[in-house]
Amino acid sequence: MNNLNPATPPASGLGVYSGSWTEQELVHLLKRTMFGVKNTDLLYFKNKTLSETVDELLNPVLPIPDPPVKEYTTGNAAVPDTQVAAGTTWVNDPSTDGTIASLRRASFKKWWMGVMINQDRSIREKMTLFWHNHFSTESNDVGNAQYVYKHHHLLRTNALGNFKALTKAVTTDPAMLVYLNGQLNTKTAADENYGRELQELFCCGKGPDSLYTEADVKAAAKVLTGWRNNAAAISSYFDANRHDTTNKSFSAFYNNTLIQGRSGATAGDLELDDLLNMIFSIDEVAKYICRRLYRWFVYYDIDAAVEANVIEPMANLLRAAHYEIKPVLSVLLKSEHFYDTLSRGCQIKSPVDLVAGMCREFNVAFQPGTDYITNYGFCNYLVNWLANMQQSIGDPPDVSGWKAYYQEPQFYEIWINSDTLPKRNQFTDSMIVNGYTFNGKKLQIDGAEFAKTLSDPGNPNQLIDDLTAAIYRINISATSKAQLKKDILLSGQSNDQYWTDAWNTFITTPGNTSNTTSVKNKIRDLIKYLMNLAEYQLA
Amino acid sequence: MKRREFLRKAVPAGVVLPSLVGGFSFKVFGADSPFAQSLLMPVSETDHILVIVQLNGGNDGLNMVIPLENFSNYANARSNIFIPEDKVLALADTNKTGLHPAMTGMQELYNNGQLKIIHSVGYPQPSFSHFRATDIWMSASDSATVVNTGWAGRYLNYEYPNFPSGYPNASMKDPLAIQIGSTTSLTFQGPSVSMGMSISNPSNFYNLLSGVQDPVPDTPAGKELNFVRQIAQQTQQYASVIKDAASKVPMQVTYPAGNSLADQLKIVARLIKGGLQTRVYMVNFGGFDTHASQVNGTDKITGTHANLLMRVSDAIKAFQDDLKFLGVDDKVTGMTFSEFGRRIRSNASTGTDHGTAAPMFVFGKQVLGGVLGTTPNFGANVTVNENLPFQYDFRSVYATLLANWLCVNDNDLQQVMLKNYQTLPLVNTIDCRKAVNLSGEQLISNYPNPFTTNTVITFKTAGGHTLVQIIDTSGRVIAHLTDKEYPSGTYTVVFNSGNLPSGIYYARLQNLATQQVRAMIKIK
Repeated sequence: MNNLNPATPPASGLGVYSGSWTEQELVHLLKRTMFGVKNTDLLYFKNKTLSETVDELLNPVLPIPDPPVKEYTTGNAAVPDTQVAAGTTWVNDPSTDGTIASLRRASFKKWWMGVMINQDRSIREKMTLFWHNHFSTESNDVGNAQYVYKHHHLLRTNALGNFKALTKAVTTDPAMLVYLNGQLNTKTAADENYGRELQELFCCGKGPDSLYTEADVKAAAKVLTGWRNNAAAISSYFDANRHDTTNKSFSAFYNNTLIQGRSGATAGDLELDDLLNMIFSIDEVAKYICRRLYRWFVYYDIDAAVEANVIEPMANLLRAAHYEIKPVLSVLLKSEHFYDTLSRGCQIKSPVDLVAGMCREFNVAFQPGTDYITNYGFCNYLVNWLANMQQSIGDPPDVSGWKAYYQEPQFYEIWINSDTLPKRNQFTDSMIVNGYTFNGKKLQIDGAEFAKTLSDPGNPNQLIDDLTAAIYRINISATSKAQLKKDILLSGQSNDQYWTDAWNTFITTPGNTSNTTSVKNKIRDLIKYLMNLAEYQLA
Repeated sequence: MKRREFLRKAVPAGVVLPSLVGGFSFKVFGADSPFAQSLLMPVSETDHILVIVQLNGGNDGLNMVIPLENFSNYANARSNIFIPEDKVLALADTNKTGLHPAMTGMQELYNNGQLKIIHSVGYPQPSFSHFRATDIWMSASDSATVVNTGWAGRYLNYEYPNFPSGYPNASMKDPLAIQIGSTTSLTFQGPSVSMGMSISNPSNFYNLLSGVQDPVPDTPAGKELNFVRQIAQQTQQYASVIKDAASKVPMQVTYPAGNSLADQLKIVARLIKGGLQTRVYMVNFGGFDTHASQVNGTDKITGTHANLLMRVSDAIKAFQDDLKFLGVDDKVTGMTFSEFGRRIRSNASTGTDHGTAAPMFVFGKQVLGGVLGTTPNFGANVTVNENLPFQYDFRSVYATLLANWLCVNDNDLQQVMLKNYQTLPLVNTIDCRKAVNLSGEQLISNYPNPFTTNTVITFKTAGGHTLVQIIDTSGRVIAHLTDKEYPSGTYTVVFNSGNLPSGIYYARLQNLATQQVRAMIKIK
C-alpha cells in the first residue's frame, strides 16, 4: 500500500515566480503546455526569459493547420463522394452518406493525431484538447463528419479566446445541437438536455456552490428552443416558429432573473445573450472553469489552500478580464505556484500525452506531406492505441469528458490500471522494437538517431543522464543508472571505453553491420527499459 | 501422429477472460476441465531446466583449467601469472588437466561426476570485440553473419509457438525463461518478441525480494510514482506465479555471502523448487576482463581472477548442493560461457588480453562427468598474437543440450540452431521426455514447411490494416506479401522464395496492435 501519503499540494499562490529559470523549469512549463518536449523546443526557448517564453506559448503565430483530406477510398458507399478529389479536403462537401460519414470521422481522427504530433510551438493544441474535454461531444453520436470538423475548428480557433464567446458559439454549433439534442428542442416539445449540461458541465459545475435548480434547467431549455441544423449548408440556423416566446424566470441562484420572451428572427440570439449574461454573472462560473484549467495544467488535488491561493485569484482575474482566457493562463504559467517543486512531475500522462509526446520527444519520422496516405495510416495506428488506452479522441466516454479530469478522488490515476498500464508498455515496446509498417513504410523510434542529438552519446554515463533527463521528471538513482549502463550499454563489462569505442565506430563506420547492429540494439534496449519504468508515465 | 502434435491440434479454443494480462488477452481452460488437469502435474515433473551462467568480460580459461600435460610451455608463456603446478587442484580421473586452486567446489563436483569440462570451445574467425563476441555467443551466429535472435529465444519460440498470444495457458502458466538482471539479453530474443522476462526491474519480483527500489520523493509527484509502481507490480504478467513459487520454499542451504552469482543462483533454485515450469534461466557475473593485475605479483594463486573463480566455484557448488537438498537436482543442468578466452601469453601488466577458445563447464546430476577434448597444447615459444585453436564449436554444446537435455527432435534442431551441429557426450539422454505444451492462438502458419520454393501462408486478421512480411534471420525485410485493409477473417498469400538461399525465414503478421511470427524452413 501507499505508505507515504503526505503529498499536500503546494501552498504558494499566484505571485510572479522569480526563482531560478533553468532547463528544469523550462521543461516543466513545456511538458505541461505542449505534448512532450522536443530537443529543438528546448534549444529554441533556451535563451528566452520565463515571461518571453510564456508569452510566445500563449500567442501562436502559425496559422490553423489545413483541414483533413480525403485519404479514404469510398468503398461500398451508396453515394460515393467522387466530387471530392483524393488529397483535397472533404470538410466543405455536404455528403450525408452514412458510409462516407464514417470514413470521414476516421479521417478526422487520424488528421487530428497528426496535427497534435506536428503541433506548433504554442499551447494551442493542448488548449484545443482541453476544450474538447470540456465541451465534450462524441463524433460517433454526432454522425455528420462535417459537423464534427466544424465543431473542432471552432474549439481550435477559440482555444485562447473568450470563454463566454466560445460557450455561445458552442451552444448553436451544429455538432452540439445534434449531440445534446438542441435541434429537437422546440416550443411544443422542450428538450432539456443542453439546458442542463450548459449549467451542470459547461458553466457552473456540480460543486457545493453551484445551486441552479431543476426549474432553471427547464427555463434555460425554453430560451434555447428553435435552433436547427442545415446539413446542406453545414450550419445551424434559428427557426422562430419553433421558439418558445414566453418569458422565462429563474431561481434565486440567478437573482430571480426574468428573461423577456421574444419573437422574430433575432429572438434566439438575443435570448441566448441574456441567458449567458445571467449565467456568467455567477461567481461560481469563473471558479469552475479555473478549477478545470488548474487540473489540466497543474494537478488535480485542490485543497482549501489551493482554492484560496490559486483558484479564487484566477477566477477574479477571469471575471475582470471579461472571461478572456489568455490573461489567466499567463498569470498561472508565470506563478510561484506553477513552478513550486511540489507542482512538478505529478501529472500522469494522458494517453494523448504519452503517444503524441513520445512521437515528438523521440523525433519519430513521418513521411513527406505528399505521402499523406501513409501518414494517415500511421496516425490510424496511433489513434487505435489511444482508444486501447481509454482516450479515444473525438469520442470521449460521455458528455462529462474523460473521468481523469473530474472523478474524485482518483482523477489522473484513472488512466492507469491493470489493463491500461500493460498496454502503455506494449505500445512503447512496439514503437521501439518492431515499429508499425504501413504501405511499405515504417513508423518507429530510431533510438540511435535520437542518441546522436544528445550531448555526448559516446560517454555511456552522459548518454544515460541525457536520456533520463529528456524523458523523466523524477530521475532514477545513480545506482540504477550504473546498473543499466553495465547490463545494457556495456553488455556486463565494467570498462566504459568499450561503449565509447563501439559508438565511435558506429559514427565513423556505419557500414560495419555487426557493430552497428550491436550499438542500435543496446540503445533500443535502454530506451525500451526506460519507457517501461513508472517514471515514464509522469509529466 | 505424435502425442505432442495431437494435443496441439485437438485442443479446443480456450475461454477468453475479460481480464487482460500483460496487455494480451489470455486464454485458460476451466479448472474443472479433466483435459486441462491431465496436462498439468505429470508433465511438469519431467521437464528439464537449463541454467546458463554468463561470465562477462572474457574469462581466462588457461588459468581456470590448467594444462598440466603441457605445463612447462604454459608456465613459460605466462611467466608472471601462471599457477604453480603444485597448487593446481587435481582431478580424480586424469592428471592431464587440473583446476585453479580457488575452485575447490568445482573440483568436488568433478570428482562426484557432476561436472563436464569441455576444452577449447570456440568458433571459426573469432571476434575479439566484447560486444560482437557476446552477440555471436548469444545468437549462435557465424562470425561474419548478424543474427538478430537468440538461440534460447528461438528454442522457446519453437517449444511454445505463438507466444505471447495465448499465454499464459493451462500447460504453461509461468514465464518461459527468466533472466536475473535488468533486461533480457539477446539470448532470449525470439523472432518478434523477447521470450524471457527479467526480474530485477523496479516493478517486479527481484526487487520485491531484495527490497531495492529507487526512492520516491515526498511530493505529489512521488505519490503518483508510487501509484504507478503499485499498479505495475500488480499487473506484472507473472508476478504472482513467481511470488507464489518463491514463497513455497521456506529453507535452502547456506550460500556464500558477498557473492552476487550465489545470490542469483539462490533465487533460481528457489523458483525451480517452487514449481515454476520455466525452462531456461540465465544469470551473469562480470569482471573477467583482466587486462592487468589478474594475479597478485607475490602470490599468483590470489588476486582478481582467483577471487572471481572462487565466487563462481562457491556459487555453483552451493547451487548444486541446494538443488540436491531441495530434491530437484535430477531436472537441472547448468552451463557456463564467456564471450572469449584470453591470450596464451600474458602481458607485462600481469594480465591477459582478449583471446579466443576457452573451456566451458556443464554441471549437474545428469551430466556425464569428465573432460572432453585434448589438453590445449602450444609450443615453447608462443608469440604475443598466438591464440588457442578451437576444438569444439560452442554451437555443438548448445545443440547437444537442446537435443539431449531439452529434448528437441533432431528434425527440429535446425529451426533453432539455423544449421546442423555435432552432438557431444554431455548429459544422460535416457531421461529425455518432451514436455507437452499447448500452443498459443495461432494467427499465422504456412504449408508446406519445410518448403523448397513456394509456401502458402495462412493468416487470421481481426480486421483493419494487416501486413504479412518475410524477414530473414538478421532481421532484414525480404518481402511484403500483403499490406492493406482486410475485413476480419482468414486469408492466404503465397511466398515465392525464388533464388533466396536455403535456411530459416520468418513470416511476420502485423494487425494493428497484434503481431505474430512463424518460423519457416527453406530447403533445397
